[in-house]
Amino acid sequence: MSTLGIICYQLERNIGKITNMHELSVTESILEIALRHCKQAGASRVTDIYLVIGQLASIVDDSVQFYWDMISQDTPAAGTCLHFRRIPVELECKVCGQRYSFTGDDFSCPSCTMLDFKILKGEEFYLEAIDVED
Amino acid sequence: MARTIHIIENILNANDELAASNRARLDASKVLGVNILASPGAGKTSLILRTIEALSKDVSMAVVEGDTAPVTIDADKINALGVPAVQINTGGQCHLDAVMLQAALPRLNLDALDCLIVENVGNLICTADFQLGTHINVLIASVPEGDDKPYKYPAIYRGVQALIINKIDLLPYVPFDMAYFQRGVEALNPGLVTFPLSCRTAEGLENWTTWLSEQALRNRPG
Repeated sequence: MSTLGIICYQLERNIGKITNMHELSVTESILEIALRHCKQAGASRVTDIYLVIGQLASIVDDSVQFYWDMISQDTPAAGTCLHFRRIPVELECKVCGQRYSFTGDDFSCPSCTMLDFKILKGEEFYLEAIDVED
Repeated sequence: MARTIHIIENILNANDELAASNRARLDASKVLGVNILASPGAGKTSLILRTIEALSKDVSMAVVEGDTAPVTIDADKINALGVPAVQINTGGQCHLDAVMLQAALPRLNLDALDCLIVENVGNLICTADFQLGTHINVLIASVPEGDDKPYKYPAIYRGVQALIINKIDLLPYVPFDMAYFQRGVEALNPGLVTFPLSCRTAEGLENWTTWLSEQALRNRPG
């Protein structure tokens, strides 16, 4: 590889590291949970993983998949299919009880215009189930 | 045979458990842990330096510095003020996590401290998800970043116990609608204690340092 090639390669690796490390830590956690439950169940292989992620959680599906393919190699979870269930944001107005979602920067209630709500859905971030083979 | 195992486990469970153990370690030494969050350039290091200058006579402090690169610029500035600083190099990772803080704690004499300030990596996204075990998460928003940040980064505004609006000396020069900004904050985190200030001119700084000092000394024995 030429010097320029080496520099570009190194740069690519570092940029990859810096911009995507968040998903890497998250992906490692997913792998740890899945393998632990696979072992506890006495199964030999994980085939599917079901993730539930609220819209407010800052996770990019493609990045998780990318890291998954890297870190699950040589584990009983290699080649697993990841399923992402995205949960839309749902708010409940504390004033009039209206349930609603929001777009852009308007969090106010479409019914009474008040800005006083609790978040019912959209902050989920958990692993729901895995499919395994014995 | 293929079968489904139902789990329902928080993906960041392992981090949360370690964060709880960090919290217990801080509590055992009666140390207030403060996690400083902000985007790059909002004034994390400046705020820490001004806070040390104002409080270090009365409040025994140390700082854990999170940096993505192995540069000790920030830690050097803190050491120069006579306060111990431990550097954590995240190796490119965009946030501190509970494992990294756990590794840093044994490098400090916690029993001698009232307050441990953790300077997180400059980032408004990932830092919101990874709890460290600190008692107070403080977010610094700065005027030049714009007034729309609560709307664009709602998660971090929901997870903090105090908000600093830094660089208010720039308000005459920068379009920043304070009412619009605060409306977003109030919706996401009602009643959030907020300190508008300028690290450069020191305007408003005393409100913050007085508040922090009260929090830190509340647990001091005797």
